[in-house]
This record gives sequence, structure tokens and C-alpha cells, in this order.
Amino acid sequence: MHPALSVIFFTVTAGAGYGVLFLLGLARLTRLTPEASPDQVTAMALVGLLLVTVGLLSSTLHLANPRNAWRSFTRFKTSWLSREAVFAVLFYPVCLIWLLFEWFTGNTVATNVSGVLTSMLAIVVLVCTAMIYASLKTIRQWHTALTPFNFVLLGLLLGALILNLMLAQQGLTSDALEVVSLVLLLLAGMVKIIYFYWIGQPAGPTINTALGFTRATVRLLDVGHSSDTFHTKEFGYQVERIRLIWLRAISVGLAFVIPLLIVTGLFGPVNLPTMLLAVGSAYAGVLVERWLFFAEARHVVNLYHGAQRT
Amino acid sequence: MKLGLVIDLDTCVGCHACAVACKQWNTSGTTGPLTDYDPYGREPSGVWFNRIRNFEVDEYPNSKTINTPMSCMHCDDAACVTVCPTGASYKREEDGIVLVDQSKCMGCNLCAWACPYGARELDEDQGVMKKCTLCVDRIYDENLPKDERQPVCVLTCPTHARFFGDFDDPDSQVSSLVRERGGYAMMPELGYKPVNKYLPPRQRPASPMMEKREGGEKESLIGKWMKRQKDAFNSLGKGTH
Ligand code: SF4
Ligand code: SF4
Repeated sequence: MHPALSVIFFTVTAGAGYGVLFLLGLARLTRLTPEASPDQVTAMALVGLLLVTVGLLSSTLHLANPRNAWRSFTRFKTSWLSREAVFAVLFYPVCLIWLLFEWFTGNTVATNVSGVLTSMLAIVVLVCTAMIYASLKTIRQWHTALTPFNFVLLGLLLGALILNLMLAQQGLTSDALEVVSLVLLLLAGMVKIIYFYWIGQPAGPTINTALGFTRATVRLLDVGHSSDTFHTKEFGYQVERIRLIWLRAISVGLAFVIPLLIVTGLFGPVNLPTMLLAVGSAYAGVLVERWLFFAEARHVVNLYHGAQRT
Repeated sequence: MKLGLVIDLDTCVGCHACAVACKQWNTSGTTGPLTDYDPYGREPSGVWFNRIRNFEVDEYPNSKTINTPMSCMHCDDAACVTVCPTGASYKREEDGIVLVDQSKCMGCNLCAWACPYGARELDEDQGVMKKCTLCVDRIYDENLPKDERQPVCVLTCPTHARFFGDFDDPDSQVSSLVRERGGYAMMPELGYKPVNKYLPPRQRPASPMMEKREGGEKESLIGKWMKRQKDAFNSLGKGTH
């Protein structure tokens, strides 16, 4: 698949924002950041909301006809993209109500209830985004339960690291949040490595089933078009094998290994500069990961353009 | 009604006449234009509803060339419709034709991603999705003589390899062709239940056959696993096998 930068930036950045808001929404209840004042929580949540907003805005850049984007709220019953749009918009009032409670009343029941609602909606949006991809039977590298796990875990991971950074910036620490970050790093890294292994295993339609000639070899003689088509541009993208392997290593290194070393304190004390490094590294790593998610996906249409299997 | 096409792979000669006729009719029809990019330049390209590819099946001397015209299959279980967030893509209750309402489309490409058969193409100039309409603006046109109320690709085909009709009617020409000639659907395993069917090449008197070698020695479980991993590695990205 052609890796569209606006979509990559959107899924990673908005995902990180939802991660921050998920953790903050639960922070009072789980005593994740016990010392943070209402002002501080609100300020950190606004940063999360900013990430979400920037991401959502960039997602409209890949529409060829954005004038009709408002119509995407209308097919909630069947379309995951529509569900994502509806929940992403619904998220704002709920999140703002929670922030008002947090800011004016501090740690109260109302704050906690609206906080939990915000957290739940954040996860729902992340899952909807992932399901847009996971629901496509035409791309076996996406059509797997690993996809939503991956999107949710990476969103939460970036959220946890950014939250750590913001706490460090305000001179606060939270042991609980460090443990959460560690668990997320290990879990998300594991799911990603399982994913790399899983998509390498032969499966899915072949050129034989695509044409219905299953008892003999089939090869393409002529593809029928003389220059690029919408399909070759959209689905024909392939990465060189060596580059692919390097990029996989780079994404795992940046997204999981370096942050892991920092958070466990192997790079010295966990403070503002080291956390800044961890967040930068993880963000870059997840961007590479998301780029690969697209670049490694092989649409079945390629079978009609001569690919032997997906 | 369940309208669709039957395409005879035995008689199709791969001349592209159906694709050209389709382009001609539809570019000035209700879903037109079928925009061209750089039409008189070095790399002419553009929107087509119907594309023809040529394949070789089996090895010499048993090989045969197969020409496969492909357009929208008007699937019974059309994920292109369910994924569409705007409601621009829809499947008609009355005859099963899958259409795009271009005034609603936001050009997100998701339906093209969901289609296994490459039937949908974005018009980059207009920013909306386009696809085969089964010539919905011909087949119901009472101003046309009765025998011309068919998709233009069917009318044009010089070898009569294309048939149009109602698959819900067991006595229609398309239904009996599928029954008698073993008509089949492409890539059925994805479960889209494509309505269009393809007729396999007819059995011909056997030409001299080459002996096929019987499968090699038995492989150990470890050997099999290692081969699988090697295949998996070789299928990564682009590269020579
Ligand atoms: S062939 Fe593609 S565009 Fe046509 S109905 Fe099936 S999935 Fe939709
Ligand atoms: S490109 Fe248009 S028709 Fe296709 S899914 Fe998006 S809005 Fe629907």
C-alpha cells in the first residue's frame, strides 16, 4: 500500500493524544499522579487534546473531496470510518465536561465519572481507527486481531511516555506511571514482533484463486495498461527487502528498546532531558512502525497485476 | 432481480473492445467524465471501469493464454458499500447494481481498498470515486430498441464473450450458461459473493502431454518449517527470489 503521510501522522499523533487522555482520565481513580493539582491535570489534558486535534485535522488532508467530509457521520451502522468520525467528535464535549469538573471541583465523584467516560471514549476511537484497517479482507496484513491491539497499545504507550515527560517537566514523579510505561513498552513491543512474524507466514489468496485456475501455474503476460493507474499508485507500493528489514529493526529500536533503557534508568536518572529523549525516540519509532504498517500491506489487487501471492 | 455479467474465457480474445466501448459510453454518460490524465503525452493514464489482462496458465507445451476482462462484479456481499462512511456507495435493492452517488462521495478511497477486484478508481480531477454502472443508463432506457438495452461492453464484444442478464431467473441465458459451462466466481474465498461469473475454457482434445514429475522425497518436519521460514523471508518486500 502507498504510505500516505497525512494518515500516518494522523494515526500516530491522535493515537498519542488519546493515550494521554485515557491515562489522565483514570489518573485520579487509580492514583496514577497523586500529587498533580487540578490545574496541572487540566494543562496536561489540554496538551493531549491538542495532539488529538492536530492529528484529526491532518486526517482530512488525504480526502480527495473534503467538502463532503460532514457526510461521513451518516453511515454509523456499517462503516468503521463513520464510527471513528462520530466518536472522535463525541469525544470533545465529554472530554471538556471532564476538564471543567477537574478544574473547578478537583478530585470529586463527578470528575471521576466523567474522567472514566473520557478514557473509555478514547479507547473506542482508537479501536475504531484500527478497525478501519482490520476489517478489510482484501489486505491480510491488516485483517487480523493484532491490528487493533497494536493501535491501542502504541497509542497508550506514547501517551504514557508523554505523560511521564509532562510530569517530569513540572517536577512531579509517579512510580505507578513508570510501571505502566514499562508494561506497555514490553507488551506493545511483543505484539509488534508477533505481528512481524505472523505476516511473514504464507496465507491468503494467490494468483490461482484470484483467477480460478487452481490446478496449474499462472503467470501474468500483459497487465493491459501502459502507464500508472490508480491501482498501481495506491496498491503497488513495495519496499526493498533489505530496507524493510532495516526499517523494522529501526522501528523496534526507537519505539521500544531505547525508551525501555531510559525508563528503567539504565541511561541514568529519569529526568526531563532523558524523558524528552525517550518520547522523541518512541514517537519517531512509532512513525516508522506506522509507515511500515502501510508499506508492508499487500492488497489482493496486486494478484491481477502479476503478484503470485499476497 | 440480480443483474450481472457472464464472461466467457474460452472465447475472449483480449481485444479490449469492451473496455474502449465502456469508456466511450460512460465518459459521456451519467457518471462521466472518465477523466484522462496527460492523454496525448508520454504517459497517458486515466479512469477505466473495465480492464483486460492476459495470463498464461500452466507450462509449455500445455500452456494456454487466458484473457480476463474485469469490471465491477456487483457483489452480493459488497464490502465496498458497507465501509463507505458517507453513504455515497450503495447497492440497489431492485436489481443489485452497485453504484456511487458522486454528489455524496468525499474521496476517502476506502471503498477501493475494500474491493478485491480493482473495480473502483478515483477520479483525481473530480475527487470522487468512479466505477462500472452496468450501464444503468442504457439498460432501462425505453428510447433504445429492446435488444440494445444491454451494457455497451456486451453489445460491442466481437467474439460474443460477454452476456448480460438476471441471475435470479433460473431460465435466463446467464443462469443456464453458468449451469452448463461450470461458471465460477473469481477469488471466492474472500466471501464477497461476486455476481459476475466466468466460464472456463472448454475441454479440447488432448494435445501431446509432457510427463509431470511426481513430488520429491519426503521432508522432515524441521525441514518443512525451515523451508516455510525461507519462503517467508523471500516474500518480504521487493527482491529477487
Ligand atoms: S467488485 Fe468491488 S466495487 Fe464491485 S461490488 Fe464487488 S467489492 Fe464492490
Ligand atoms: S471514496 Fe467515496 S464512495 Fe468510496 S468509501 Fe469514500 S466516500 Fe464512500
